[in-house]
Amino acid sequence: MTDLANSPEAIDAPDELPEYRSLRSDVWRQFRRHRGAILGLVLLTIIFLAVFLGPILLPYDPFENNVPDRNLGPTWKHLMGTDNLGRDVFSRVLTGGRVSIAVGIAAMLFQVILGTTIGVLAGFFKRLDGPLMRLTDVFLSIPQLPLLLLVVVLFREPVTDRFGQNLGIFLLVVFIIGITNWMQTARIVRGDVLAIKEEEFVLAARSIGTSGLRIVTRHILPNVLSPVTVAASLGVASAIITESALSFLGLGFPADFPTWGRLLFDAKDLITSQPARVIWPGAMISVCVLCVTFIGDGLRDALDPKLRSKG
Amino acid sequence: MLRYIMRRSMVAVPTLIVISFILFFILDLAPGDPTSNVPLTVPAEVRERMREAQGFNDPFLLQWLKWCRLMFINEPINLFESITSTCFGECEARDRIISWSSRSPALDTIYERLPQTLWVLGLGTLFGTLIAIPVGIISAYKQYSVFDNVGTFVTMLGFSLPVYFTGLLAIVVFSVKLDWFPSFYDTTHDVQLTSWSSIWIQIKQLIMPVTILTLFQASSLARFTRASALDNLNQEYVRTARSKGLSESKVINVHVMRNSLIPVVTLLALTIPGIIGGAILTETVFRINGIGQLLITSIRNGDVPMVQTITFFSAFLVVVFNLIADALYGLLDPRIRYD
Repeated sequence: MTDLANSPEAIDAPDELPEYRSLRSDVWRQFRRHRGAILGLVLLTIIFLAVFLGPILLPYDPFENNVPDRNLGPTWKHLMGTDNLGRDVFSRVLTGGRVSIAVGIAAMLFQVILGTTIGVLAGFFKRLDGPLMRLTDVFLSIPQLPLLLLVVVLFREPVTDRFGQNLGIFLLVVFIIGITNWMQTARIVRGDVLAIKEEEFVLAARSIGTSGLRIVTRHILPNVLSPVTVAASLGVASAIITESALSFLGLGFPADFPTWGRLLFDAKDLITSQPARVIWPGAMISVCVLCVTFIGDGLRDALDPKLRSKG
Repeated sequence: MLRYIMRRSMVAVPTLIVISFILFFILDLAPGDPTSNVPLTVPAEVRERMREAQGFNDPFLLQWLKWCRLMFINEPINLFESITSTCFGECEARDRIISWSSRSPALDTIYERLPQTLWVLGLGTLFGTLIAIPVGIISAYKQYSVFDNVGTFVTMLGFSLPVYFTGLLAIVVFSVKLDWFPSFYDTTHDVQLTSWSSIWIQIKQLIMPVTILTLFQASSLARFTRASALDNLNQEYVRTARSKGLSESKVINVHVMRNSLIPVVTLLALTIPGIIGGAILTETVFRINGIGQLLITSIRNGDVPMVQTITFFSAFLVVVFNLIADALYGLLDPRIRYD
């Protein structure tokens, strides 16, 4: 009582407060340890900048023919050479990346929103669970690529008439990739919602009269965010691959509109004379997808609380 | 066990019916005239009579039911007859699904193309599984070793590189530069089992497409096997097995392996739609005259019944493989059967 400084509490009290660690900084700390993920993030940022700034900075028009300069090998003037119409391949690869990446991100957003909505509905409302999960099973049994080809061929004309040539195909491709890819997200989210729904904090929220919608948005969605993030990053990768596959089969974007898959499709008949033209766009697709996959892997490790508490 | 399989099969049939309905619905929504390929010189009323005769003016549900009758009743009977060379009733006059471009039954063309696809697809899946499982288990057992790191990187590559790129790359390196393998698959090559050179030609043209599919298939499976084996290695039963003095190889090969394979079997079934997509692309790259190429040409020709049949056929394959996976799942894990 007299000597406060010698009381056990005072001795044990730390000299300084423990460093404040938010969830976000914790995740970042763990993410930084994953070398592949960091490398992927850096490379992907470079690709992003190159793809979105490159065509503005480069002096060549990726659409303009320049026949006297056709089929040139790589030089300092044309880093990847020129194609059979004399167009600079480097600018075309960069311009093509814009579409491929835009499709990847848009399709990912669509499938994540759709998958999360269906997952939350199935997990939260018992009555919807059975039918929605049957629907998910049916969609999982439909082979994606045949369906994709079918829909693109059947609906190409009406959609392009309505929205214009390029925007129409863009919307169609994004829609159909999204609609055939939401199932994994929905399953993961449903599983998590089923578990979270039984937690005490949800019961507490319910007992003070919180509405169902608010419980979902305030208490459930933030808790399923981490698996959804991982699914989203893998979704970008698969969407880029699928879009390129469509273009590669000659059924994606129109002929004069470069995307990575389209460039690959145009180059595959010249494979014996100009193998380099196959390699550039293919390498871009692969590097991009590899980066996204590594980032997804890093995110999965970083968002896993079991791993994080060790760090 | 038999009851379990029966119960799973009961789910498969409605799934197939729903899939056929979705396919029909998409085709019905799509604008486009099935008689648009008929020459313009044909007068309008003849055109109308053709539409009437082929049943295009029927209501949507009736068209779908008619198709279901052809697909689920007539075609299986026909297949049974052609296998056993028997004939029930009016086997010549029985209605079948007719392709618009070849004017012959769509499924006959599919049966013709099936062997090529199955060879490539089956061998790719088989080798992929055979490689993936040991690689996944060893990677998990020696986590963070050199083997694990290299393996993880290679599977990551196989997972990320699209089939159409690795295929073209393989052609550039092994056909164009080194000239080891032919750059495309020659379907007309007739394999004579008595002649080694004939078999060797067949093997040579199969190597590249099969390797590409194997890499694609093995990488996702190996990743999954590794994760699943890692989960199991830390379980109590592994410690028990070790502490009662079992040899390390018994612990891994009997205890851990069997339990790790349970989720892998499900994944194998889930990847079948992806493999079918991969097969379509591989067939396009190596110009294999299989189902995938048939699908692409039919789509280009606007041959709706053919496209519909192929899509449904691949959905059928997926459902069958899911059923097999379910049965295997029940076999591997006795707990499943009782719930």
